[in-house]
Amino acid sequence: MTWLDQLTPALLVAGVMTASVVLYALTGGADFGGGVWDLLATGPRRKAQQRAIERAIAPVWEANHVWLIIAVVLLFVCFPKAYAAIGTALHIPVTAMLVGVILRGTAFTFRAYDTGEGASERAKGWTRVFAITSTVTPVMLGVIAGAVAAGGLTLDAEGRATTDFISAWWAPFPFVIGALTLALFAQLAAVYLALAHDGQELAEDFRLRALLAGGLVFILAWVAWMAAETGAPQLKARLLAGHGAWVVHGIAGGAGLLGFVTLWRRRYGWARAAVMLQTTAILLGQAWGQHPFVLPPNLTITAAAAPDSVLVPVLWALLAGSVVLVPAYWALYRVFRTAGRQAGD
Amino acid sequence: MTDLLAARSQMAMSLGFHILFAVAGMAMPLLMVIAQWRWLRHGDKAALELAKRWSKGTAILFAVGAVSGTALSFELGLLWPEFMRHAGPIIGMPFSLEGFAFFLEAIFLGLFLYGWDRLKPWVHWLAGLGVWLMGMASGAFVVCANAWMNTPAGFDLQAGEVIAVRPWEAMLNPAAFSEVLHMLIAALESVGFAVAAIHAWALLKNRNSRLHRMALAISLTVGGTAAVIQPFSGHIAGDHVAHVQPIKLAAMKGHFHTARDAAFHIGGYPDVERAEMRGSLEIPYLLSILAFMDPHAEVKGLTAFPRDEWPPVPVVYYAFQIMIGIGSLLAGLALLVAWLAWRRRALPTDPWLLKTLVVCGPLGLVALEAGWTVTEVGRQPWVVRGFLKTADAVTPMPGLWMPLLVFTGLYLVLGVVSVSLLKRHVFASTLPGVDQEVRDDVA
Repeated sequence: MTWLDQLTPALLVAGVMTASVVLYALTGGADFGGGVWDLLATGPRRKAQQRAIERAIAPVWEANHVWLIIAVVLLFVCFPKAYAAIGTALHIPVTAMLVGVILRGTAFTFRAYDTGEGASERAKGWTRVFAITSTVTPVMLGVIAGAVAAGGLTLDAEGRATTDFISAWWAPFPFVIGALTLALFAQLAAVYLALAHDGQELAEDFRLRALLAGGLVFILAWVAWMAAETGAPQLKARLLAGHGAWVVHGIAGGAGLLGFVTLWRRRYGWARAAVMLQTTAILLGQAWGQHPFVLPPNLTITAAAAPDSVLVPVLWALLAGSVVLVPAYWALYRVFRTAGRQAGD
Repeated sequence: MTDLLAARSQMAMSLGFHILFAVAGMAMPLLMVIAQWRWLRHGDKAALELAKRWSKGTAILFAVGAVSGTALSFELGLLWPEFMRHAGPIIGMPFSLEGFAFFLEAIFLGLFLYGWDRLKPWVHWLAGLGVWLMGMASGAFVVCANAWMNTPAGFDLQAGEVIAVRPWEAMLNPAAFSEVLHMLIAALESVGFAVAAIHAWALLKNRNSRLHRMALAISLTVGGTAAVIQPFSGHIAGDHVAHVQPIKLAAMKGHFHTARDAAFHIGGYPDVERAEMRGSLEIPYLLSILAFMDPHAEVKGLTAFPRDEWPPVPVVYYAFQIMIGIGSLLAGLALLVAWLAWRRRALPTDPWLLKTLVVCGPLGLVALEAGWTVTEVGRQPWVVRGFLKTADAVTPMPGLWMPLLVFTGLYLVLGVVSVSLLKRHVFASTLPGVDQEVRDDVA
């Protein structure tokens, strides 16, 4: 009864936003991770690796990308003060992220649909652009999330951001979070790709990459924890407070270890579940650390929220929309689930 | 360049760029599913090939539209945080619904583009139909949000704070219906004629190509039908503007002084300093008739409003002239083609007609941009008419010429690449299946 009473429309919307960010990381994030492995494709099966990545991403990336749009739309509809403050104080990293998003998507499509004389020459150029922007964009997403979590975005009495446009994000902590985001996305992609090619030599390539990225996730998580000491002390304090926090950390750590063990033993189905759980737990941990603030240190979810007359209809629209969206999204994955294996060679 | 001007330029450039690709995403899928329908119903191989070619064009244009649209959802906050801080919640309903429609569009497009061998033929066709319907729906929702900026509704203000939002009333604001109708038809019209021009050119090279004849017939039917209907929807929009946004109407028509028996101007120059039209062709009574269906109706002129609330009159005036000029031309051309086709019981492919269609190809898109210029510049100096001025909504961020330069350069490159890519596709003689091509390109 007690926690149910506190379940306001604003909190519900915040929950839906967190869910779409998690889904974006698990799907769209892995698409970025695929681009990272395209950049780092090496060894005798280099071409095969790149082909597998392209095939896995092509039918789904545009749909996966919409999770980010949903999260942003919910942010400006339901928490307009937070959206305005992020757009103002983090103008530079947001712009950099957008340039990455634009170039990544178009380079991928231009490469896939180029034709005629010189297409294979141009494809090399597009591959380079696609791979580099797939690496830079997640770092920028992480920088934005890290800057928000660190609590550098403050508002004046009118609700406008007080900022010099630089200091909120130009610091070690946001960039460590950026690197962590990149490692997580890369790990997700490698695990998915290993599973899609289970039983083939290609799976070995991606298994190795998943293990390396997983190691990097552990190291960067630790570095982030250290950097939070000075970079985000309030967040760190909140992450240590209460049983709930420790449950989330426990799940993240446990799932991370399970990921290693299952990857080592080539149980890719389990590895995928473990890594997805780990990513989810890390993101929920951050959401937990930020709660009840949408912009720490002083803009709470309640204070930032639009009136209930906005939130309640939006929640109903979300529910109604999901009834159509969920089966369609599921069908998309179902149709292309076996794409990697069937086309494997 | 002031930061405000840089912000306005970046927004105008981003919207102007995105709109070209957005309309492709709204109209191309219709052409695609019509061609595929012909293949499924009549087993016509050329129709299948055409559907596949058009679907590739759609894929390229959709991707550019999707990422430039993503950029816009952030640019609203990057450039106009004060606008979004107040207006975001009020126009949240159309944007939320647009999010879902766009999501479904992307899902259906993935199924369509990569599902040729994986889905049953009619299920695959339905996915294509879904792309079209959701594309049109996305466009309609976004235009609802824009309409709200012209005729804000569905909220109360108390001491400068927005209270008691009525999201449905805001979404279905007075301008919504006429703007959405006009834009949906404009998408079909501009893309229909652009596609027709491409295939007319191909037919000039090879008059007997069945594929290009069919392509021309389908695109002209869609674009031409839209062109003939469009003046009527334009009249509905004009009627709305006359009643609700009189200052915009006055700027559109170069109408400076309130008068009965108001004349309609063609060409000439609106002299803002002297508040009069110079050197224009005047058609007596026509403005009063168009605005209020009465030759003697009083039409308010610009001078009836404070000088600092005038939009940039010449921009709005010429944009409107370009839009209706092209609209009339394309409607006339459509009627001519329809008459020829009816008389001959066949698609007319006379060289003079094909050449005319090639020349007219880009005009629909020009009219589309001109129309948006009318409604957006015509709303200035307001971002939310009557409530928030554009100058008060801009970000405090300095050095906005830099992102302007970055996005302009980026979009210039993307525009050039998209066009050259499409050009290569149009004349590629034989095209392997999508899956095959993905394989070949990477190999």
